[in-house]
Amino acid sequence: MSKAKPKLALYWAASCGGCEIAVLAVNEKILDVAAAFDIVFWPVAVDAKVRDVEKMPDGSIDVCLFNGGIRTSEQEYMAQLLRRKSKALVAFGSCAHEGCIPGLANLNNREEIFNTVYKEGSATQPENPKNLRPLPETEVAEGTLHLPVFYDTLKTLNQTVAVDYYLPGCPPEAENILAAVTAIIEGKLPPPGSVIGKNTTVCDECPRKRNEKKIKKFHRTWEIIPDEETCLLEQGLLCCGIATRAGCGALCPAVNSPCIGCHGPNDGVLDFGARMMSALSSVIDSEDPEEINRIIQEGIPDPVGSFYRFSLAASQLRRKHRPANEKSATTK
Amino acid sequence: MAERVGIYVCHCGSNIAGMVDVEEVAKWAGVAIPDVVVARDYKFMCSSLGQQMIEEDIKKEKLTRVVVAACSPHLHEKTFRRACQNAGLNPFLCQMTNLREHCSWVSTDRLAATAKAKALVYAAAERVKRQQPLEPMPVKVNPTTLVVGGGIAGIQATLELADAGYKVYLVERSPSIGGHMAQFDKTFPTLDCSACILTPKMSEVGQHENVTLLTYSELEEVSGSVGNFQVKIRKKARHVDYDKCTGCGICIEKCPRKVIDHEFEAGLGYRKAIYTPFPQAVPRIPVIDTESCIWFTRGKCQACSKLCPTQAIDYDQQDETIEIEVGNIIVSTGWNLFDCTKLPQYGYGRLANVYTNMEFERLCNAAGPTNGKILMRDGKTEPDSVAIIHCVGSRDSRHNEGCSAVCCMAALKFGHLVLEKTKAKVYSFYIDMRPNQKAYEEFYQRLLEEGMIFVRGKVAEVTDAARQPSEEGKLIVQAEDTLLGKQQRYPVDMVILMGAMEPQADAKELGLKCGISCSMAGWYTERHPKLDPVATMTDGLFVAGVCQGPKDIPASVAQGAAAAARVMGMITKGTVMIEPIVASIDEEECSGCRICNNLCPFNAIEYDEEKGVSRVVTALCKGCGTCVAACPAGAITGAHFNNQQIMAEIRGALWDAAPEAKEEPAAV
Repeated sequence: MSKAKPKLALYWAASCGGCEIAVLAVNEKILDVAAAFDIVFWPVAVDAKVRDVEKMPDGSIDVCLFNGGIRTSEQEYMAQLLRRKSKALVAFGSCAHEGCIPGLANLNNREEIFNTVYKEGSATQPENPKNLRPLPETEVAEGTLHLPVFYDTLKTLNQTVAVDYYLPGCPPEAENILAAVTAIIEGKLPPPGSVIGKNTTVCDECPRKRNEKKIKKFHRTWEIIPDEETCLLEQGLLCCGIATRAGCGALCPAVNSPCIGCHGPNDGVLDFGARMMSALSSVIDSEDPEEINRIIQEGIPDPVGSFYRFSLAASQLRRKHRPANEKSATTK
Repeated sequence: MAERVGIYVCHCGSNIAGMVDVEEVAKWAGVAIPDVVVARDYKFMCSSLGQQMIEEDIKKEKLTRVVVAACSPHLHEKTFRRACQNAGLNPFLCQMTNLREHCSWVSTDRLAATAKAKALVYAAAERVKRQQPLEPMPVKVNPTTLVVGGGIAGIQATLELADAGYKVYLVERSPSIGGHMAQFDKTFPTLDCSACILTPKMSEVGQHENVTLLTYSELEEVSGSVGNFQVKIRKKARHVDYDKCTGCGICIEKCPRKVIDHEFEAGLGYRKAIYTPFPQAVPRIPVIDTESCIWFTRGKCQACSKLCPTQAIDYDQQDETIEIEVGNIIVSTGWNLFDCTKLPQYGYGRLANVYTNMEFERLCNAAGPTNGKILMRDGKTEPDSVAIIHCVGSRDSRHNEGCSAVCCMAALKFGHLVLEKTKAKVYSFYIDMRPNQKAYEEFYQRLLEEGMIFVRGKVAEVTDAARQPSEEGKLIVQAEDTLLGKQQRYPVDMVILMGAMEPQADAKELGLKCGISCSMAGWYTERHPKLDPVATMTDGLFVAGVCQGPKDIPASVAQGAAAAARVMGMITKGTVMIEPIVASIDEEECSGCRICNNLCPFNAIEYDEEKGVSRVVTALCKGCGTCVAACPAGAITGAHFNNQQIMAEIRGALWDAAPEAKEEPAAV
């Protein structure tokens, strides 16, 4: 009998599901993956239950690709469970890596989110006239119903459990997934704790012409049709390529659209948004505080959305400030 | 291997120990902070015994890192780094934390101060563990010096250096060197003729083979660093060819345009549109005041050009910017007179016979507009009585809080000159008499004997509104004689306002160009107020004279000479060690986005077009960190200030507030 195939698990927490699609986007190579691995848990594609995982011996899964941030008690439980059962836990995609779009909800607390969704939201009104909220426990005639607890703050995977590798991107590009999986199969992985990818920024892969930077006006993408040859940032578009880890092949700039930063920062950078703001404020072409203020106000109406689109939950800021008396009540 | 850290907490006499429980801090540090193998407190860590203690510990305890919790690194970082080096430890593995200025001196609560001291020590310990050994770089010192400002302080500095055989560039903004001293008649307390002692020095500068004199020139830009500064100087267009002009003065004589001389004659006299500020000006080359010149304003005349025997007049001359390289810079840019119209109650500008001190200097100068006769504004009448008002715009929280240091003595000098030259009564209205240098008190006594009348009180008002017949046609000085405790009115003919010394209007701007900071009052800040009075925080930059703070001529001269001595020290040594705290770019991580290219204030970043990366030129880098902060890729590291070190320092400072954050954050 040949040597047992390595065991692979995939899981989906707080994310849009694009990462799952991205795995399939490796196309026919998925067959190689399926052939190389024994897929033991993948709720989207394979019928297996949580209790099956619970029964597995600790450390018996060789690789777990975990996408999504941690928003609920159920996701937290699954993260802990899969951590225990897996030799290598990979934060797969931007949500698990940095919180991504779901992490932007950290600008609000649970109460505000629930208000939006269950009270003011057009999706639930007028179907929710009694203003019901999801509760962890609800008594019904048949007994007690359980729902996961919805946390106040979205956490990244490594804010919840220890993570061995990170595969960046929203979603990770098919070729990078394949390369990472191949590396796992061949045992050619970088040191634990690494982000699998390059340690330079998108500019490195971007063929546009670059000059010394001086920016007089920022534009939003719909305001101008940028020249296809020169650096988008120099044309006043908020291109995050200067701060974003390379590896995508500068996909967005290649189609005349600024990089939005989904790969996150380079090694050693603690706060992507702070880096972007520090860099851009350094090249605004004015000495006059009022003019500088105007350039920023007019050109960057949404600084959090522009600079922390993917990384708010992983940033030094993490979330909107919470008054001290609110903390204990809503953390869990 | 874990580092072995030594912690040294200084009492600084009672400076720190008076507010911080230093014994407790040391005892606690030995237990609470990881990797600390020895923690001690000592009365004066900077003493030779204190240093010796550190050196012995390094050897005996095999310390690999040292934290000294004492005063400001500005004062003693060098001391402790040297101590570490003596014991074989790289000096950059020693970290100071400031328990004095940052803690004890600014606290009133002993418990809180002690807690803060612990946080500072913890922060320093966490930081120092991550510091790396660095080696200073030797740089050759260019033996040429730049002196900015040609008043007496600058002249003295220039001559000291030039006489010692070193080349000096002396830059002066006005057409001649000499400064304020050239305007004075006599100097206190010896009553030497100011011009007689100054002009020989001026001509010596003008003729010295080692001096390049750049008058009517402004300092535009300074780059580089100690030992190797590059300086751009703008020579303003004189419209007179420096090489052709012989200084014969025919042009000045023949120029038909007379204008009021607001600079040298303080508005009391006239000069021509082509002029030298005064007859003994150095250089003797005149300049054309294009705002007054008939040719420049109306396109006619050209008298000077027609009559110049050497065809030296050049109406088309343009400003010229030259670049020079020097090793050290002495800034001696002097002062400005307080605008006495800011105190309307004294009537300056409104009441004709109210004078400023600079006006009076010209009035009693033998070469001045009245040939030294003390006359009122009508140009004929001698005053019968003169009031001198002290502290006009100085010692006044609305204008200049500080004392101008020279006015008491100048007022005594004025009193003497009035008594000598006229039959007038002289009143001095003073707050305090401060004749506090050699032979100054004696001069004060002399004036008391000569009959100058001293009234101790701040003048409320100078007015021409008479209340009784004896006041008609007089200026009435209203003041409280605080020794009598009585409001008095003193009718006089002439009032002299002892206006304050103020920093030059553009002192801050020049300071920014060179890298010298200003005090709140606007005077340049010396490296140490007692022990390093002519050096500044920027190596290779020195200050001398009044630009550093109000002082009299002897003190200015002493500072000029002191600054020159410091520069000679640098030149003789030949090399300086440059701190190795510089930025570097990891070429692997740099994607050549070029964000940093424009930012470096020292032009130390270059872009390699071929490789598509930016690079730091180490010799030019001053380690300011601008590019480090701006690099979006995190590809630039500032040695001694890397992320790891700074974050560790922050975590250490928060040791009790956020103990969970003690660990290094996981990657990303």
